[in-house]
Amino acid sequence: MNGTELLTACLFVGVVLITVGITFWASRQTTGTANFYAGGRQFSGFQNGMAVSGDYMSAASFLGISGLIALNGYDGFLYSIGFLVAWLVALLLVAELLRNSGRYTMADQLAYRMKQRPVRTAAATSTVVVSIFYLLAQMVGAGALVTLLLGVESELMKALVIVGVGLLMIFYVTVGGMKGTTWVQIVKAVLLMAGTILITFLVLAKFDFNFSELLGAASDNTGKGEAFLQPGLKYGVDLTSQMDFISLGIALVLGTAGLPHILIRFYTVPTAKAARTSVMWAIGLIGAFYLMTLALGFGAAALLDTGKGSKVAESGGNLASPLLAEAVGGGHGSAGGAVLLALISAVAFATILAVVAGLTLTSASSVAHDLYANVFKKGTATEAQEVRVAKISAFVIGGVAIVLAIPAQKLNIAFLVALAFAVAASANLPSLIYNLFWRRFNTQGATWAIYGGLISCLVLVASSPVVSGKVDADGKNLALLPKSIDFSWFPLDNPGIVSIPLGFFFGWLGTVLSKEKESEEAYDELEVRALTGSGAEQAVAD
Amino acid sequence: MSVHQRSQHPIYQELHDSPDFSELRRRYRSFVVPWTVAFLVWYLLYVCMSNWAGGFMNTKLVGHVNVALVFGLLQFLSTFMIAWLYARHMNRNVDPLARDLEARYEAALRGDAVKGEEPRA
Repeated sequence: MNGTELLTACLFVGVVLITVGITFWASRQTTGTANFYAGGRQFSGFQNGMAVSGDYMSAASFLGISGLIALNGYDGFLYSIGFLVAWLVALLLVAELLRNSGRYTMADQLAYRMKQRPVRTAAATSTVVVSIFYLLAQMVGAGALVTLLLGVESELMKALVIVGVGLLMIFYVTVGGMKGTTWVQIVKAVLLMAGTILITFLVLAKFDFNFSELLGAASDNTGKGEAFLQPGLKYGVDLTSQMDFISLGIALVLGTAGLPHILIRFYTVPTAKAARTSVMWAIGLIGAFYLMTLALGFGAAALLDTGKGSKVAESGGNLASPLLAEAVGGGHGSAGGAVLLALISAVAFATILAVVAGLTLTSASSVAHDLYANVFKKGTATEAQEVRVAKISAFVIGGVAIVLAIPAQKLNIAFLVALAFAVAASANLPSLIYNLFWRRFNTQGATWAIYGGLISCLVLVASSPVVSGKVDADGKNLALLPKSIDFSWFPLDNPGIVSIPLGFFFGWLGTVLSKEKESEEAYDELEVRALTGSGAEQAVAD
Repeated sequence: MSVHQRSQHPIYQELHDSPDFSELRRRYRSFVVPWTVAFLVWYLLYVCMSNWAGGFMNTKLVGHVNVALVFGLLQFLSTFMIAWLYARHMNRNVDPLARDLEARYEAALRGDAVKGEEPRA
């Protein structure tokens, strides 16, 4: 280890110590299910807005998007726009109604008027699947980041780092519950915003705060000219890639409002109005952050070597932000560069830890509250039993994520996250929207929507060039499976354009083919509760 | 616990059938439905034009800033604006009605308690 690596290691340890401290502090106040799952519903709109941002701005946002812009120019910008516009779906259609009609998990809101056991089983299944895809992306990011920054190359070390991250997230969730997780996310949001503002300022200062000049330098330095600033460099090649672009765009904009770890954040505030305030803050913070990723991405393209074989390109763009920080701090070997590189890497590490904690908590809550307490024990479990099962589930899910993440090391982070968005939009969004706005919707419609969207999305991904049969111009294998295996028949990398309409279609078909009347009758009550807050869950006193 | 989780308290049906509730729902939906359609169309227009309107999107405006970049930034601006309009609409036109209906719900539960029944919330 040289000086930089030592400094980086110290800052990483600092991040870990701070978050562990928060968790112990929160654990003293966490008793009972409302505290464990929903932080007692005592967070203010502003606090929750920070936590939502901390939960949402994952490694894919911080490392992935700036990297995509650094490598592909303008086309990477679609991710920023889709990830932000998506919040309008959450704000206008979902956040407040969900706050009023649910308790702890995404399934609560369906169970309010449907037969509990089938809809809870379905919703818990899709919650776990979405969260595991999302978890894998974060853990792969952590592995890549830590190994490259600390200069350890061995596969064993990579695996050990992943195991370490996995153990930390299990610790946050089992000890701190929702309260601890929320504070970890708030601290992370502050660190991430501060770090991003600093680097953006330093990048813009290099170009006398003239953004046009920065763009010019980026197009010159990459050697791609004006095409680097125009749409189509990555996705404009032919009709297939253009359809892929649209498919990705649709999944991004519709996915957010179906992400279980985002949805359950709305249960941590006392009222629907506070849920609205949290989304307003989240939109402001996330919007500001994504605007800065433009400066980071084009800044990396302007100031770093992003050509074939460069460090940035080899990491799939994931190291663009940290290396940019080093460059604006004075360059490789300088003290300023070393400090900024260590600082930004520590911020990225905090980002990953906060997101994995939120995801683990979400899936553990769903397994304990939906599957164990309501499907298996049929509502007879005590709060203590339920919380104990949630903690055990956090261990199991953390373990599964660790085991899957080690072989998944060569997968691209942005792809895994986009896939999680596609699954969320296909499996979760149709049943949420139908349940809140369609009186006729019923149990069979809900289960068909969830399983239909989930299965079609997974089948299309398995049949896509991502899994098998993709080679680049030089004949190098780009698919997950070895080159000799090719069973792909679906031409697009992104399944959303087909699987999201299928989710809505199955939800409609299942509904009209069922004769169940009870769900329809219960809609009036759900509607009153969702729109007025009558009988909604209250905050719990300390 | 029953198969269905709802409370079946009669006050819900009563509130649901009241003109105030119809008005509340109308005020909520008359904002969110058109605006959701609007921002989705506006966003898809952006995605499609990035794909198929290269000539227009690549037009340079100032220095190296082209239409595509400005269009993307307008998506940010419209998102901020719609979020702000929504919050203003809800605060002014929807929240007062919702609080009023919720107060009637609370009053009905208190009535139950007075009559010696368990509140079935």
